Amino acid sequence: MQLDRRTFLVSGLAAGGALLLAPGAAQAMVDEAVAAFTGGADVAEATDLTLTAPEIAENGNTVPIEVSAPGATAIMVLAAGNPNPAVGTFKFGPLAASQFASTRIRLAGTQDVVAIAQMADGSFQRVSREVKVTIGGCGG
Amino acid sequence: MISRRDFLQTAMATAAIYGASSYGRWGRLAAQQRITQDDLLGVSPFGNVTLIHLTDLHAQLKPVFFREPEVNIGVGANRGQVPHITGDAFRQAYGIADGSADHYALTYDDFSALAGTYGRMGGLDRVATVVNAIRADNPEALFLDGGDTWHGSLVCHRTQGQDVVDAMALLKPDAMTFHWEFTLGSDRVRDLVGQIGFPALGANIYDAEWDEPDEDFAPYTTFERGGTKIAVIGQAFPYLPIANPNWMFPELSFGIREERMQEVVDEARAGGAELVVLLSHNGFDVDKKMAGQVRGLDVILSGHTHDALPEPVQVGQTHVIASGSNGKFVSRVDLDVRDGRMQGLRHRLIPVFSDVIAPDPAVTAAIDASRAPFLDELTRVVGRTEVPLYRRGNFNGSWDDLICDALLSERDAEIALSPGVRWGPSLIPGQEITVEDIHGVTSMSYPEAYRTEMTGEFLHTVLEDVADNIFNPDPYYQQGGDMVRTGGLAYRIDVTKPQGSRISEMTLSRTGEAIDPARSYQVAGWASVNEGTEGPPIWDVVEAHIAKVGTVTDVPNASENVQVTGG
Repeated sequence: MQLDRRTFLVSGLAAGGALLLAPGAAQAMVDEAVAAFTGGADVAEATDLTLTAPEIAENGNTVPIEVSAPGATAIMVLAAGNPNPAVGTFKFGPLAASQFASTRIRLAGTQDVVAIAQMADGSFQRVSREVKVTIGGCGG
Repeated sequence: MISRRDFLQTAMATAAIYGASSYGRWGRLAAQQRITQDDLLGVSPFGNVTLIHLTDLHAQLKPVFFREPEVNIGVGANRGQVPHITGDAFRQAYGIADGSADHYALTYDDFSALAGTYGRMGGLDRVATVVNAIRADNPEALFLDGGDTWHGSLVCHRTQGQDVVDAMALLKPDAMTFHWEFTLGSDRVRDLVGQIGFPALGANIYDAEWDEPDEDFAPYTTFERGGTKIAVIGQAFPYLPIANPNWMFPELSFGIREERMQEVVDEARAGGAELVVLLSHNGFDVDKKMAGQVRGLDVILSGHTHDALPEPVQVGQTHVIASGSNGKFVSRVDLDVRDGRMQGLRHRLIPVFSDVIAPDPAVTAAIDASRAPFLDELTRVVGRTEVPLYRRGNFNGSWDDLICDALLSERDAEIALSPGVRWGPSLIPGQEITVEDIHGVTSMSYPEAYRTEMTGEFLHTVLEDVADNIFNPDPYYQQGGDMVRTGGLAYRIDVTKPQGSRISEMTLSRTGEAIDPARSYQVAGWASVNEGTEGPPIWDVVEAHIAKVGTVTDVPNASENVQVTGG
């Protein structure tokens, strides 16, 4: 597994702004990132790609997520509602024992976390999970 | 007559037979006023495995009045589905006669009058008698505690849960899971878990730093009973760090963790479990969803949302059982497990009528011993009520209104906020209000009654946020409490709208003027999850207020200030 650590840190921390982008602007940035990753190829619904994330974040500043896609060569993760949606891209070389990564990301508010995997045959798969960021308080 | 009210399912080899149910009635017995302990407990033999489920006791060791909800709205696919029906609709659904004992136990209307007829419910000494009777039938019965056990009373708070642990030890539980227990602080929970001598379960109790299972809480445990290998998996309340103060258990993470649940079920099955039981504090709708998502769960013993249902709800091959709260009910589940799988289930929701079921003397003695040092304080009379005081329901109950009034007057605020918890026993007209009663609806380890300024915009955000925790159409995004209670603040809510557009027409009740998003308001509240919150304990605020009022004759009904649509 090759985690592009520098990219991850830069993009992950850049997401620290307290404001969510307007949906349109955020969507454009997500589309742009997806297009750059896939080169415009078709993206199918995930069959071999899983994204594990909490339904409600316990702490929006550090949300544990996991991506796994047996047979993938790369998995890109986006936080679709962050001012900068890019989280990072995990690249897996031919000797990688598994195509799995876990990390923590910062979410500016309730939003979709998106993962896109590039499979060994060059095809792409996509999955997203909504993660809610709440102020909490009154459960009983 | 007993067999008529048993929920009996046999020949479950074919899925087509799933869902057949029969629920007999107490009506006839009740009309004749001759319910006996044998009526409540006697059953004919069935199957080879027996489960006993008690959940959400909230430290109510003595019998209580507890009024079930009048408003319990289901959203999305759960709209109009059990447990989201109340009153007459609930009785119709289960064939419960008006005025019957089941009417009193399971629905809200005519509560005060029926309370006079049927008396208090629960009491851990009565629960002990039920458990012992079932064990007399089947000595290998498993007694499973669904959590919210070590919380909810003055004595429990002062002894840090020790009173409940000591009394419960006499009932010899076989396993438990958790929620409010963690508001004792995780060090104290680990200390008590070391004392109890039976498994403390939570497949979703994780170390927050490493995101790995915490070693003090096993995901599941296995039993050999009735020649059957049984796996009991625990699931703690998923949203503890959000709904309760995370700083009291900073090293822990929870969450629904559906994938993890599937792994644990698969591991238990691979280890030879013929029956897999989930002892859950997810809340009913979450359990229902999980039953449809996770393969291999036979029975979910559901806690947290305090629902009491006379029959299991079946999702696929999974039976979800809701056993109420506050010691009002014990569920008995008899299972026929043969050839490596469940072949039949019989369920019985046993109402614990405290005047009918004899207390177990040893348990009574233990409870009284733990109460003795506090007895003068517990029994001190603060006031009296001429109206029923209750909380349970999606919006303000009369207890909430009284607490909000106390906050408004004692803390000199324009608006009061009170948490939408589902615990807290009821009082009926004519009762004295004691210190114990006040603590019963306020007891917690973060009781500070704060006073602060909030802008109208922030108040709107708070109401929207809490509303989405209850009315999000996806159960996995629900936290299982009720709407934050407001005093001095009226609003309209459309539960069918998305977050951000449910709440409208916020007004100051006193003047009728619209809440100004930009203006700051003096707000008093309690149960803040933030560390360092300052203020007197809420029970002192409420006591001071009731002492001034003397007799509660009319609670200005804040719930009339909430206009609900979409329910």
